[in-house]
Amino acid sequence: MSVEAGKLADFGNRAAQPRKGRRLRAFLRNPTFVAGVIILSFFVLLALFADLLFPGDPLDMVGPPVLWPGESVEFPLGTDSLGRDVLAGLVHGARASLLVGLSAAAIGLAIGMVVGAAAGFFGGWVDTLLMRVVELFQTTPTFLLVVVIVAIGEPTMQTIALAIGIASWPTVARLVRAQFRSLREADFVMAARSLGYSNLRIIAQEILPNALPPVIVAASVMIANAILTEAGLSFLNMRDANVVSWGGMIGNGRDLLRTAWFLTALPGVAIAAAVLSLNLVGDGLNEILNPRSDP
Amino acid sequence: MSLLAVENLSVAFPGHVAVREVSFAIEPGETLALVGESGCGKSVTAFSVMRLLPPNARIVSGRILFEGADLLAASAPEMRSIRGKQVSLIQQEPMTSLNPVLSIGAQIGEVIRHHDKLSHRATRARSIELLDLVSIPDAHRRIDDYPHNLSGGMRQRVMIAMAVACGPKLLIADEPTTALDVTTQAQVLDLLDDLRRKLSMAVLLITHDLGVVAQWADRINVMYAGRIVEQAGIEPFFARPMHPYSRGLLGARVDVDADEHYSANRLSEIPGSVGSAMGEAGCPFAPRCPLVEASCRAAPPPLLAFEAGRRVACPVTLAASSELRDILPPPSYGGGAPEGGGGGRQHKRFSNISDLKSAGTPTGALPPRPSRAPPPYDGGGKL
Repeated sequence: MSVEAGKLADFGNRAAQPRKGRRLRAFLRNPTFVAGVIILSFFVLLALFADLLFPGDPLDMVGPPVLWPGESVEFPLGTDSLGRDVLAGLVHGARASLLVGLSAAAIGLAIGMVVGAAAGFFGGWVDTLLMRVVELFQTTPTFLLVVVIVAIGEPTMQTIALAIGIASWPTVARLVRAQFRSLREADFVMAARSLGYSNLRIIAQEILPNALPPVIVAASVMIANAILTEAGLSFLNMRDANVVSWGGMIGNGRDLLRTAWFLTALPGVAIAAAVLSLNLVGDGLNEILNPRSDP
Repeated sequence: MSLLAVENLSVAFPGHVAVREVSFAIEPGETLALVGESGCGKSVTAFSVMRLLPPNARIVSGRILFEGADLLAASAPEMRSIRGKQVSLIQQEPMTSLNPVLSIGAQIGEVIRHHDKLSHRATRARSIELLDLVSIPDAHRRIDDYPHNLSGGMRQRVMIAMAVACGPKLLIADEPTTALDVTTQAQVLDLLDDLRRKLSMAVLLITHDLGVVAQWADRINVMYAGRIVEQAGIEPFFARPMHPYSRGLLGARVDVDADEHYSANRLSEIPGSVGSAMGEAGCPFAPRCPLVEASCRAAPPPLLAFEAGRRVACPVTLAASSELRDILPPPSYGGGAPEGGGGGRQHKRFSNISDLKSAGTPTGALPPRPSRAPPPYDGGGKL
C-alpha cells in the first residue's frame, strides 16, 4: 500500500518536472553516453587550452632526443627523435585531429543530407539519378578516394578535411534518404500539404527534424572515422607538415618503433581513446534518441 | 452559386476506377455528409478536392468548382494558397497527423504565419485564441506541449485548430472521429458544428457512421462502389431511405429503444460484399439487391430526381414509389428484420427536427442549429 503510494507520488513528481530536466536526466542515466562525454570533453578541453598549457610551437626542438617518459620532469611523456616534447605534441595534436574530424563530418553531413533529402522526398528519376552517383562513390574505396583527392591538391588541413568529407557523404545520403522515404508518407506530411505548405518547407520544417536522430548518431561515428582517416593520411606522410597531429606523430615514431615504441604507442592511445569516446557518445545517443526507448 | 460543386468527377488508379461520375454541391455554411463503406471512394473524392491524390491516381474527367473557379485547372502555387486558407482538411488519425518533434504552438503558428503575415507575438496570441476556441483548457500553458503530451481527442482538437486557423470556407473532415472513442467523438463533432456556425464555414463530413450523420449533417450523399446512389436531406433520408442500399444500411442498425438485441433477433444485413461490384456492367449494387431486375444489369442507373433536393440512382425504386408514394414497404433482406421497422421508426425519431435549416443558408451569421434529438447512437449503424 505504502509502496504503491510512494510510486504514485514519484510518478506525480516526475510528471511535474519540466521536460528539459527529464531529457537531461535521460542523458545522465545512460552510462555509455556519460563515459563517452567525459573522455571527449577531456580532449576538447585539451584542444581548446593547448596554447595555455603548452605555449610555443610543439614542433620546436626543446630537449635532448628520445627521452623516455618519466626520465625527465620537464618532459613527462618524453621527447621524440628530434627532441620535441611528446606531451605538447599530443595536446596540440588533439586540436588538429578534432578540427579535421569535425569539419570533415560537417562537409559530409551537408552534402549527404541535401542529396539524401532530395532523393528520398522526390523519388522517381531524381532518386534514381542521385542514388547512381552515391553508388559511384561507394564503389570506390573511401581511403583511396581521400588519398587521390589529397594528392591532387596541397596536403593542407583544409584539403584533408574536404577530401574526407567528400568521401564520407554517401553513407549519410543513404541514411537520410531512407528516413525521408518513410516519413514522406507520414500523416503529418499529408496534413502539412493540406495546409498549403511548399515542398521545401515540408522538407526543412516537417520531415528533417524527424529524420535527425539517426543522423546525429551517424555524425559522431563520422567524426571518429575522419580522425582515423586523418591519422592514416599523416602516417603516409600526406599531411600538413606545419601542424602537429596524432597520425603525424605515429608516422615520425615509426623509424624507432623497436627502440622507442612509446613514440607510436602514446599518440595511438590518444587516437583510440578519442575514437572510442565518439563511438560511446554515438551509442548513447542512439539509445536516448530512439523513440521506442522510454526515458 | 454553390461554395463547392463537384461535377462528373471520375478518378482512376492503375487497374481500377475509384470514383465514377460523382457530382454533388456544397452550399455555404452547411454540413454535407459523404457516407459509404471502406473503399467506396469517399476519401478519394475528398482528396481530389484538395488535389492531394497519391501520384498514381489520375483524375479522368470532371470539374471541381470552388466559388466558381475550377480547382483542377489551378496551378500548384495557386493550389497551395487555397489549401489551408480556403479549404482545409482534417484527417482521421490524430495520433500521427501532428508532427511529433514540434510543439503544438509551433505547428499552429506555422499555419498562421504561412497564410497571414503576422508578427511572432501576434501569432502566439492567435494560437492561444485558437486553442481556446477548440476548448483546450489552459491554452496558454498547453501551447508549449508536444503532441505526445496530449490525448487523442486533444490532438484532434489541435488538428481542428490548425485547420480553421485561417478561416477556411470549406472544411473537409475525413472520418474525423474514427480513431476516437464515442464520448470524445461526440465532443469533437459538437466542436466542429460549433465552429461551423461561428466561422460560417461549410463542412464536408466523410464518415461511415450513420449515427454521426443523423446528428450532425444537413444533407447526405450515399456512395457505393465509387458512385453516389442517393442524395437527400437528413430528415427525409432517415424517414424514408430510397435506394435499396440505403435501406439496407438503415435496416442493419440495432435499435436499443425497440428492445432489439442480437440474442433476440438476428441483425438484418445486406447479403454479399462490395467486391461483387467488380466487373458489373450495370448498377454496382445489382448483385446484392433484393429488388434487382433484368434492366438493372444493362447500364449503371443515373441519379434521378425524386423530390426537391432528393435524387436516387434506382429506377426500380422510383417507379415503385411513384405508385406508392407514402407507404414504402421496408425492403426484405431476410434474416429476420422486424416487420414495420425501418422507415416508421426512424421517422418518429427525427420528427422533432421540423425546422431543419434549409440547404443553401447564405454565409454570414448562421442561425444556431436547432437542438436535435438525443444522439441516435445505438451501437450499430457503422458500415
